[in-house]
Amino acid sequence: MKKFKAALLKLPRAIGRGFKELAEMFIKGDLRTRLSYLIMGFGSLTHGQILKGLLYLGFQILYFFFFFGFGWQYLKDFGTLGTATQIKVWNESLQIYQRMPGDNSMLILLYSVLTLATLVPLIVFWRLNIKSSYKAQKQIEEGIKPNSFIKDLRTMLDERFHITMLSIPMLALTCFTILPIIFMVLIAFTNFDQTHQPPGNLFTWVGMTNVTDIFLGNTTKRNTFFGILGWTMVWAVFATFTNYILGIILAMMINKKGIRFKKMWRTIFVITIAVPQFVSLMLMSKLLTDTGIVNVLLQKMGWISEPLPFLTDPTWARAVVIIINMWVGIPYTMLMASGILMNIPQDLYESASIDGAGPVRSFTAITMPYMLFVTAPYLITTFVGNINNFNVIYLLTAGNPLTLDYYQAGQTDLLITWLYKLTVNQQDYSLASTIGIFIFIIVATVSLIVYNRTGSVKKEDQFQ
Amino acid sequence: MSKEKNLIGIRARRIASNTTIYIILSVMAIIWLLPIAWLIISSLRLEPGAYTTYIMPKGYTLNNYTRLFTETDLFPFPRWYGNTLLVAVLSCIVTTFLTLMVAYTYSRLRFKARTKLMNMSLVLGMFPGFMSMIAIYHFLKAIGLTQSLAALVIVYSGGAALNYYVAKGFFDTIPRSLDEAAMLDGATRNGVFWKIILPTSRPIVIYTAITAFIAPWVDFIFASVIMKDNYQNYTVAVGLYKMIERENIFNYYTRFCAGAVLVAIPITILFISIQKYYVEGVTGGAVKG
Repeated sequence: MKKFKAALLKLPRAIGRGFKELAEMFIKGDLRTRLSYLIMGFGSLTHGQILKGLLYLGFQILYFFFFFGFGWQYLKDFGTLGTATQIKVWNESLQIYQRMPGDNSMLILLYSVLTLATLVPLIVFWRLNIKSSYKAQKQIEEGIKPNSFIKDLRTMLDERFHITMLSIPMLALTCFTILPIIFMVLIAFTNFDQTHQPPGNLFTWVGMTNVTDIFLGNTTKRNTFFGILGWTMVWAVFATFTNYILGIILAMMINKKGIRFKKMWRTIFVITIAVPQFVSLMLMSKLLTDTGIVNVLLQKMGWISEPLPFLTDPTWARAVVIIINMWVGIPYTMLMASGILMNIPQDLYESASIDGAGPVRSFTAITMPYMLFVTAPYLITTFVGNINNFNVIYLLTAGNPLTLDYYQAGQTDLLITWLYKLTVNQQDYSLASTIGIFIFIIVATVSLIVYNRTGSVKKEDQFQ
Repeated sequence: MSKEKNLIGIRARRIASNTTIYIILSVMAIIWLLPIAWLIISSLRLEPGAYTTYIMPKGYTLNNYTRLFTETDLFPFPRWYGNTLLVAVLSCIVTTFLTLMVAYTYSRLRFKARTKLMNMSLVLGMFPGFMSMIAIYHFLKAIGLTQSLAALVIVYSGGAALNYYVAKGFFDTIPRSLDEAAMLDGATRNGVFWKIILPTSRPIVIYTAITAFIAPWVDFIFASVIMKDNYQNYTVAVGLYKMIERENIFNYYTRFCAGAVLVAIPITILFISIQKYYVEGVTGGAVKG
């Protein structure tokens, strides 16, 4: 937490330093540098770095075209997200109603975010342009020839190689992760739902309504949210720890001295990981229906008279998804744990058994603490993965059985599958985004707490 | 009590405990293999229908496999297979490059924003991936790219810059002295990446490539959101899901099984080939030895 606060304090200071630097360069700079504040590349052009200057200038011109030609028409409506609804107008000559396109709130929001985001590279390049002009001015004053363009380019492969390497991945990350997340976070503060679908209708800012809806306003939504949240946490705990402990026990059995065909046993379980999850899960959901083979066989053998409600009764369904998840997950833990188990010093076990510890005692006193210590990061990732475990729930039960107490959700739905249903089936994007933000908060809190408490969090730099 | 008797006692106990373990392992192996056996048997079953009242089929046939490829009016399985393969290859190439570039930069280069960027990646990874997916869907719709395979490639490889951990962990283990020696000889950092890091990291290149290749085959959620009702551009996962929806399941169940086997075979082989790196990946290199 301390680190976090320090980082928060650092930001305004860094911005302040940036402004100070800009002011200093303006005061100390000559006319050419000063003009660069207005016309990008002016300094470079007049300091003999023609190509660089042209690039800066070109960037500025292109940006102005982009901003006023494209971005502004959306950005000007950012505050309202559009006011003109699409209307139908009677066309006398064609004798039909024609749709007159109105504002499209979705596009306004989308392109506004995009346009606002382009301000970041603009500011960065604008600063770079001033700095480079100032640097060139200094160098000329000291009688050094400023770097030629080729020389500049060459540094991109060496001293500034990180810029070359990161530019494309970061561009992709910005476009396909950061901007979408910003967009969705903004959606959470609008009323973008089924009755406000562009292009036919507009949606607009509604402040915290979606959040207050969940916590105070709407009883069904509140019940749904807390019901699903509770089940999500129960599920995540059970799904993570059953797999973890049983997987370790399985690995220990295979690793035990004197057990033969170790490789064969391991391969058998690895095969089940390798079969794509959607295949095995869809298959099992069919095996467990009322007329599925499991119920049929049990009835034939006379053990039951009615089919067991594996996936139709809420309690059964919840137990079944946890058990099936063991089938899916135990081999993963086994695979992960086999190697680590072999690293536990054998003399620990020997001295424990001399002291009279049985297998259970040495498991709880030696194996588990060691494993927990070494695999804490793995446990966190698994836990978080289980909170967001879409596949197992959706492909097995699709969140069913449904209940009237919930808003668009069933009794085995997790937050993530509810989010999926809200967007794909209901187009209730604003509520979905709000839930997405809550998932983020939960995940972040869990990770922060665990990371801070486990000893195995290492300073990654010290490794090398 | 003579020493000999004692030894026999220990041996007997060991045999007993080992036998118990063999029994448990065998039972577990059967439980774990049963669904897979059921899948294979169903894929060879002659009579249609999902819900049989018996285990062993009345007759066997390979028709389910051949009909997947010949009767393509309703479910163009070969096309789906091709789609998935194409998307897998493209996103594999893009993802591998992006991931390795990011991993190398964070592992080897030191610059001001390094830790900030890494922390940012950690935080971004905590948002449910599906959430940004919706925004990407709207964006792709705005530029007219939805329901296309290009959209899938974008979705699968767009987040590559966040999944650098395994590769970075591997690069971290390559001694720095190698880089330094090369740079003394006049190599640039660019040269170090191509001539030293990449050749010594073949396993991790393969691991990154194969995991990226597998993703489109096993992903259901992204593909189903992007493709909606465009049958022609489905990937195998979404297509197979369609086959066992209520109205199709009776006729298509055995073919679904056949299709699933055809998907599972390459994935199984690939996964088994990289399982060693998989372990190192999830344990963050805790396994040494």
